[in-house]
Amino acid sequence: MMNARESVEQVGEFVLSSVDGLGRFFNFLLEFFYWLLKPPYRIRNIFAEIYFVGNKSVFIIFLAGSFTGMVVAYQTYFGFQLINVDSLVGPVVALSLAKELAPVLSGLIVAGRAGAAMAAQIGTMKVTEQVDALEVMGISPVHYLAVPKIIAGTIALPLLTILFQFVGNVGSWVVGTKVFVIDEALYLSKVSEFMYMEDIYQGVIKSFFFGFIVASIGTYFGFQVKNGAEGVGQGTNLAVVWGMITVLVLDYFLTSALVRIL
Amino acid sequence: MSDENAIEISGLTKMFGKQTVLDSLSFDVKKGSITTILGFSGAGKSTLLKHILGLVRPTKGSISVLGRDLAKLKPVELMAFRRNFGMLFQYAALFDYMSAFDNVAFPIREFLKDSEQMVEQKVKDLLESVGITEMSFYKLPSELSGGMRKRVGLARALALSPSIMLYDEPTTGLDPITTNMVNELIADTAHKNKGMTSIIISHDVKASLKISDYVAFLDKGKIVEYLPVHEFEKSSNPYVRKFLDL
Ligand SMILES: Nc1ncnc2c1ncn2[C@@H]1O[C@H](COP(=O)(O)OP(=O)(O)OP(=O)(O)O)[C@@H](O)[C@H]1O
Ligand SMILES: [Mg+2]
Repeated sequence: MMNARESVEQVGEFVLSSVDGLGRFFNFLLEFFYWLLKPPYRIRNIFAEIYFVGNKSVFIIFLAGSFTGMVVAYQTYFGFQLINVDSLVGPVVALSLAKELAPVLSGLIVAGRAGAAMAAQIGTMKVTEQVDALEVMGISPVHYLAVPKIIAGTIALPLLTILFQFVGNVGSWVVGTKVFVIDEALYLSKVSEFMYMEDIYQGVIKSFFFGFIVASIGTYFGFQVKNGAEGVGQGTNLAVVWGMITVLVLDYFLTSALVRIL
Repeated sequence: MSDENAIEISGLTKMFGKQTVLDSLSFDVKKGSITTILGFSGAGKSTLLKHILGLVRPTKGSISVLGRDLAKLKPVELMAFRRNFGMLFQYAALFDYMSAFDNVAFPIREFLKDSEQMVEQKVKDLLESVGITEMSFYKLPSELSGGMRKRVGLARALALSPSIMLYDEPTTGLDPITTNMVNELIADTAHKNKGMTSIIISHDVKASLKISDYVAFLDKGKIVEYLPVHEFEKSSNPYVRKFLDL
């Protein structure tokens, strides 16, 4: 068994290395912003990366979105039916999707797919000296690799979030009107009665931040990779874990801020 | 700085934490020469190379390359300055998602405003000059043999006509025939590009004696011997002897 002193030391070490890591991450972000607006603008790379992020995640977003919508509709219906407000299933699902479920779940999915892939790709380039090769050519790896990926993540996640919302609402509508036979016109009129554009904005604004942070974390852990193939695996893992945690934590702070602003 | 030297290093010390990797090392490389730096694993060869490239900042001491003091260059200037270098990495470090052709075209497309037609001509010439045939132009690095990757890596390094070529263990891990081929390629490259300075980092004593003009021996962070190749062979330094007699 570990004695008390050892565990205190371990906690201390963990805290120190986390603070150190956080410092390095902020340095990385500073470097990103330094290069963000510097030419050459690699527009083609940005589009390729958007395609990459979308391609990695679109099918899963589609599945996750539709089943999330269906399941939430199901659960909500059983609650609401007790107090005879089952016609409100539509707006409740639509609101939950717009404000929370679509941006957060899309963020988690993109962290697991595209964030991981970014870390793996850059990590592999790091251990095979491709990153050094860029540097020796006088090209900043942050400029060439990280900037297009982070821009792409920031653009792609809102698009995926909107897709998630759309298929989620379709799923909910199918369950609500076909399984629970809520009147179709009533379902839609209630949605439009209770949904405002602000609700959609809130989710989309969040998803911009999530896209930015997930891609930043993915690329950052890619650049941190050392020690060969094993290191690439570790880096990928860290990118997923920290990407997901950050999405959830950031969600709280963004929500509390956006509720006041919007 | 004398005009004869491509690189002048004086009093270079590098510490990683408490470990002294380079220990007030002084070393000049003659312009237009082929100079090999030999040394045991962990002697600090790669670290020295990274200092020459300005990828690592010295703890103490100064490094001048082509008459410019690296410490006086701002990070962005340093980045531009690196275009004076070409480097062949141990495993070629080709971009694995690009064909051989695109790898060689990459620095040209990045830095020169050439038309795509001109790029194509240049890349073809470069690839042919290192012995890659048209058949392999559009293969990915994973579809090339180790020796061919080295050739493509060399073509890429030469794309912007560097004044200094660096080779990091160019033959480590290659079979004897490919080793010979790479060594010939290095000598040939130096021969074709008059005035180009070549620096080779290596454990391969025999090959270095064959192709170099000067040989230096790095041990425990210091250059303990640095002589024209004919004299190096006769060195009486005990560490060098140990290495030579292996
Ligand atoms: N970034 C770094 N941080 C900490 N220590 C380092 C770093 N780079 C190199 N070292 C240490 O410096 C020493 C010399 O390393 P270097 O890679 O220069 O040796 P080398 O002569 O190239 O060896 P090899 O022939 O094995 O490539 C090693 O002990 C290594 O652990
Ligand atoms: Mg080395």
